Amino acid sequence: MTRGRHTVTRGRQTVTREGFGGRDIPRYPGGMPVNHLDDSVASVFDRLEPILPTISKPIQYVGGELNSVNKDWSAVDVRWALMYPDAYEVGLPNQGVQILYEVLNERDWLLAERTYAVFPDMEAAMREHGIPQFTVDSHRPVRAFDLLGVSFSTELGYTNLLTALDLAGIPLRAADRTDADPIVLAGGHAAFNPEPIADFVDAAVLGDGEEIVLKISEVVREWKAEGCPGGREELLMRLASSGSVYVPMFYDVDYLPDGRIQRVAPNRPGVPWRVTKHTLMDLDQWPYPKNPLVPLAETVHERYSVEIFRGCTRGCRFCQAGMITRPVRERSLQTIGEMVDNGLKKSGFEEVGLLSLSSADHTEIGEVAKQLGDRYEGSNTSLSLPSTRVDAFNITLANEFSRNGRRSGLTFAPEGGSERLRKVINKMVTEEDLIRTVSAAYSHGWRQVKLYFMCGLPTETDEDVMQIGELAKKVIETGREVSGRKDIRCTVSIGGFVPKPHTPFQWAAQLDHETTDERLRKLRSSVQSDKRFGRAIGFRYHDGKPGTIEGLLSRGDRRVGRIIEAVWRDGGRFDGWSEHFSYERWERCADEALADEPVDLDWYTTREREYAEVLPWDHLDSGLDRDWLWEDWQDAIDPDGAREVEDCRWTPCFDCGVCPQMDLDIQIGPTGKTLLPLSVL
Amino acid sequence: MTSPDRVPANPEAPNPQLPSVQKLRIRYAKRGRLRFTSHRDFGRAFERAVRRAGVPIAHSSGFSPHPKISYAGASPTGAASEAEYLEIGVVRHVDPDELARALDTALPPGLDILEVVAVREGSGSLADRLEASAWTLVLPTVSPETAASAVDAFLAAPEVLVDRMTKKGLRTFDSRAAVVRLESRRSPDTQGTCAILDVVVRHGTPSVRPDDVLAGLRAIAGLVPSEVPVATRTAQGPLDAQSGTVGDPLAPDRDAS
Repeated sequence: MTRGRHTVTRGRQTVTREGFGGRDIPRYPGGMPVNHLDDSVASVFDRLEPILPTISKPIQYVGGELNSVNKDWSAVDVRWALMYPDAYEVGLPNQGVQILYEVLNERDWLLAERTYAVFPDMEAAMREHGIPQFTVDSHRPVRAFDLLGVSFSTELGYTNLLTALDLAGIPLRAADRTDADPIVLAGGHAAFNPEPIADFVDAAVLGDGEEIVLKISEVVREWKAEGCPGGREELLMRLASSGSVYVPMFYDVDYLPDGRIQRVAPNRPGVPWRVTKHTLMDLDQWPYPKNPLVPLAETVHERYSVEIFRGCTRGCRFCQAGMITRPVRERSLQTIGEMVDNGLKKSGFEEVGLLSLSSADHTEIGEVAKQLGDRYEGSNTSLSLPSTRVDAFNITLANEFSRNGRRSGLTFAPEGGSERLRKVINKMVTEEDLIRTVSAAYSHGWRQVKLYFMCGLPTETDEDVMQIGELAKKVIETGREVSGRKDIRCTVSIGGFVPKPHTPFQWAAQLDHETTDERLRKLRSSVQSDKRFGRAIGFRYHDGKPGTIEGLLSRGDRRVGRIIEAVWRDGGRFDGWSEHFSYERWERCADEALADEPVDLDWYTTREREYAEVLPWDHLDSGLDRDWLWEDWQDAIDPDGAREVEDCRWTPCFDCGVCPQMDLDIQIGPTGKTLLPLSVL
Repeated sequence: MTSPDRVPANPEAPNPQLPSVQKLRIRYAKRGRLRFTSHRDFGRAFERAVRRAGVPIAHSSGFSPHPKISYAGASPTGAASEAEYLEIGVVRHVDPDELARALDTALPPGLDILEVVAVREGSGSLADRLEASAWTLVLPTVSPETAASAVDAFLAAPEVLVDRMTKKGLRTFDSRAAVVRLESRRSPDTQGTCAILDVVVRHGTPSVRPDDVLAGLRAIAGLVPSEVPVATRTAQGPLDAQSGTVGDPLAPDRDAS
């Protein structure tokens, strides 16, 4: 099947390219820009293969993973390139991409291939040899696809998006694209505020992707079948008018003289004022991934992962994931069992991860742990349960999961060092809970516990942070006491707090990186100066600078796009990697890009917002009631002490707004069932 | 806290495993784009294939049990091979041919099982039999005449020093002494514009790899292919020093079965 748009644009494309923002196509040291005068769909592997021996970790570019799919290009109606904008070793295990890859490829009229961010040595070689951004499945040029879907787990992948677009020969700015270019679509958690990349993406989707990718595919199929009437603008219009796809170019943003947003409004009829998120109900009907990708290259997660539920209503006020994925939807014990059995058989992995935002909160987690533990005892298959709360019950679970003798460390996240601060963030964990939990762990033979904290939380003082050290010392003391051993260790991991959109802390001032670093320095020296504990307590933290940039990108508006582009043109790549990240570059580019604006880097990060301010993402509906978020924010910072909010799974509804707004309800067990017997081959 | 019905587990307790009752030696190939798998990549893929195929693999005991698989003389990343070898232990007797089929199905195409033989008791170690390798190097854009004169110069030299970046830094060593045989010929499938080298190298320390031989040809005769040549290991095994040929390392096991 020929694709209509290929015939249209050869001439126009050149014109567009010359008009590329009034600038030349960027040049890079050591290489020429990629030249894409042809609209080829053919594999680039023949050109790639001779350069691979000179490239680091070449296996990441060759594909051929077990359970990957190569479909007939000409036998389908709509073609997706799915990108995870980080290195292959990080992107391949990503659940979101694997699920959508499978959901799309299951349809006979659809095709999906994957592409990842290439390392700088590969980028240089591709520019030198004129090889465009390609998919790893069939090594087809990304520009040949109808859609390029990019999954953003973190904002620090934005510069990698620009590299991929540029290598693909797709104009960076949506406004400069022609009908020969794919629709560039952002998804993932960061897409809940896509404003900083609004100029670079054609569209964004909020929430669960399983159903919406199929709906979008249908719209594209219909439009193509009609002969692509009205070009890409009409296609985008059809997507936008549904209210389920956000098309930034159909909205105008006006600013007040002081730099705040005045309003965000549709700039044409037929475009809704608000765009809503997607929520997949009944996870048992969507047991993906069924055919997990098994890479040849080493990746960050070498295991089969099953989401045991989506959503979380614990109500931790800093947690964007917990807020934007409501309501809670559990997978049943039986489906979990079937997925684990199938996933292990199909992949050959020896580890299973039971994923969710707070895995021990599954209503039947005890039974899940016990029954899976029974099933896999003696099989050299290990089970892991990431993201567990500080709860002694979890030690029982951990024992079930370590029957094979393999013990990964135990990790808990009190998040705040002091009792007062844990109330502010609504992390309802007392010091007593923590001590009881670690005491159970150490008495059951664990020697090492890892604790996660944040620094820079709202209302935090030096004293709150120093409490982290006191807590760690008590943990060690308790461990020595109950185990009678000296070799007890506790690792304290501290991350800088970054306020995120669609959370009660979306209005909060972010702590500047100088103060963050200073507080952590004090904490470290106080713990290390204590001879009784210095060597038993390990510290892991990064400096606060990347957090400041993450904050800029998280809560930024469309003006921040200029900074992203400037940083990328200056060589910014892989900003989530400390060896590539340059704060100096971001700071300098922010100064330059915002020179004519009444706003600056601090304005975006360390400034507290007021109720009346229009936030850049207010027109994007996560289902959460804005007034509820505001009240929760006020409850957090009440000078008389923070008020806590319970979990709606076992207490009455707290009116966060998601269920009535979206006509949904929580879906939880217990089912009271047992694992189905394994099929015998 | 501690539930009374649970005996506290000891994390250091050894994990008792069934003993290995049979050893098998496997010859496999690395082909096509999967020649870019590193030794470690292959190891992970093989272990997963073992689990998918349901092979009753033996495990080491202890805190972190490992499947009993030993690799011998792996080829460098980027080199293709028709002659890679490894050895496994199983807890239940298996039929070598069935094992070959099951493993080959479970591995991705390009990592292909060529032969499986059961180890004959007392036949000695596999690693000891891998004395030398035969390699074929395709040199695109190098004429057979150019290659032939470079080969002559190389063979005439008593010593050809080359550099290679290793984990311990830049090393300089002789690439000549390990070369038992080196011949150039005309590629049959192009219009004679492409040379092919056949080389037999003796294993040793430092091991001389095909890229070291190429570096030697560059050092002594200025031979520089414009593209990185594709190297394929065609055989690995005992060296017949007289004829300069490489034998079959599985022959002593096969003769028994």
